[in-house]
Amino acid sequence: MADAQKPDPGLYDYQPWRKRPKISWPEGKTCAVWVAPNLEFYELDPAANPHRKSWPKPHPDVVGYSHRDHANRVSHWRMAEMMTKHGFPGSVSLSVALCDHIPEVVEDANQRGWEFFSHGIYNTRYSYGMDEAQERAIIEDSIATVERATGQRIRGWLAPALTHTPRTLDLLAEYGMDYTCDLYHDDQPTDVKVKSGQLTAIPYSLEVNDHYGFFIYNMSPREYADTLIRQYDRLAEEGAQSGTVMCIPLHSYLIGQPHRIGPFESVLEHIAADGRAWITRAGDIVDRFRAQTGDAA
Amino acid sequence: MSLDSSYLEYPKRGRGMDHDHYPWTHFFKREPVLWPNQVKLLVWPVISLEYFPMVPSDDPFRAPGHMQTAYPDYRHYTAREYGTRIGIYRLLGAFEKVGASISVATNSKVAERYPQLIEDILQGGHEIIAHSTDMNGTIASGMEEDAERALINESLDMLDKVTGQRPRGWLSIARSQSFHTAKLLVEAGLDYMCDWVNDELPYKFRTDAGEIVNIPLNHELSDRQIINVQQQSVDSYAQQMTDAADWLVDEAGHYGGRMLPMHLTPYIMGLPYRIGSFEKLVAAMADRPDVGFTRGDVLLDNWKARP
Repeated sequence: MADAQKPDPGLYDYQPWRKRPKISWPEGKTCAVWVAPNLEFYELDPAANPHRKSWPKPHPDVVGYSHRDHANRVSHWRMAEMMTKHGFPGSVSLSVALCDHIPEVVEDANQRGWEFFSHGIYNTRYSYGMDEAQERAIIEDSIATVERATGQRIRGWLAPALTHTPRTLDLLAEYGMDYTCDLYHDDQPTDVKVKSGQLTAIPYSLEVNDHYGFFIYNMSPREYADTLIRQYDRLAEEGAQSGTVMCIPLHSYLIGQPHRIGPFESVLEHIAADGRAWITRAGDIVDRFRAQTGDAA
Repeated sequence: MSLDSSYLEYPKRGRGMDHDHYPWTHFFKREPVLWPNQVKLLVWPVISLEYFPMVPSDDPFRAPGHMQTAYPDYRHYTAREYGTRIGIYRLLGAFEKVGASISVATNSKVAERYPQLIEDILQGGHEIIAHSTDMNGTIASGMEEDAERALINESLDMLDKVTGQRPRGWLSIARSQSFHTAKLLVEAGLDYMCDWVNDELPYKFRTDAGEIVNIPLNHELSDRQIINVQQQSVDSYAQQMTDAADWLVDEAGHYGGRMLPMHLTPYIMGLPYRIGSFEKLVAAMADRPDVGFTRGDVLLDNWKARP
């Protein structure tokens, strides 16, 4: 029996942009900026999900796979060094199997003081079609794997390759997760309606995601850098009314290419020098938001 | 609704890669590579020399740049031929002006059809890399192994016949391989392939028939990607290549020699309104004492000679 599909998922109440209660960030900052590196592992020959193909080409999709493998061999280190140099911690969207395959990358992120949330087991395994027990299994696997590898208890979730089921958000809250990165309706954190517990939607971004920048909007590296600066300038300005959030979602195999990493540095320099940015991690933003808004229930 | 239980089993989940072709390594913790003459960055131009039959094949897939209209597709057939008649000579000219020897990934059908062009390429001191037979010679899983072996040998035999030497390198069309390709390339006696884009230096790639070196030919920094797919201008292309070169020269000062692949298509970059900007880029790179140009086989030998 198929689950009933709802025209309105009922995730949150409508809240107009005008006349919102003021959200304050520390030290009078107007825009909370967080960087979300996706540290991923893609399989060369993954099992098939009947609801979505893993690779556009027959396996092995050499370019698709090896482009992404560039992240863990080469470009993670460029991206991470650049972030550290300018004082930007990461909040990592993690394919948790990376802890097993290439723990050096995960350890590097952990040593830099980065936070981890789950992006599924592999970015080639999708949640579409999972039953509740299967979905619980990947959540429990994520919690246990990251705790074992980093000592951190994950607090958030970005669905693997953005694949969800209608029960995902309820389950995340039930397991005590604090935030989801899967909803794109706002420039401020929003509490999501869940069956139990509390779950906050933190603004992630597809629009300024490097993947969108380079492969949907076909930007040059310098155009992408300019886009991020414009995004930040506007959110920092509007955040004087009520604090905003800007996420910079990255994939090192894109931003860490030799023609992109230089222009990207200008973005971090701009934001770090501006003075209005609270440069922090996802969990800190959710904590600060909740301290002002209280429990959703 | 539920998925088959095997979907939550991960037989390859463990230390290292999920295949046996190469081990994971950390790019910045390898022994530094030193290039000759104090060069920090070797720019490796690879021109793809392609012949598109006007009757396209979709088996196993249709190559990028292939025919698009109902037969006869004169517009694409002839526009691609512009590349092998004129565009290639503009590109060769840009490199000859600065005395650079480079690589030309050549469909064997081009060698068969246009031996004068091949002679000009060889006289310019350039390397021929095998690039399948023609643009119907695509490879992907699903292809019979014997058919794939025959395709590779047909390409090598014809290039050998026309040039008098067997190519040492191989580039698949669209960098697309089957699970057999690398093994078949080893069996055919090739020293290197250019299909995997996961690194920025050569590395050894294991197969059931022995090892081959993969020299990564960055697909993102190709004229096809930047100009055709992303619809950027040639000036933006030149800027991106310059930014990449600047970054890599700086990195080479700390970590050892770097390489910058420059993948070119005659019918894209060799147009009159683009070539001027491209020539300036090549000339500016040639003016830098810390930057050199190389052929793939020479790059390979320099890499193999590393301490």
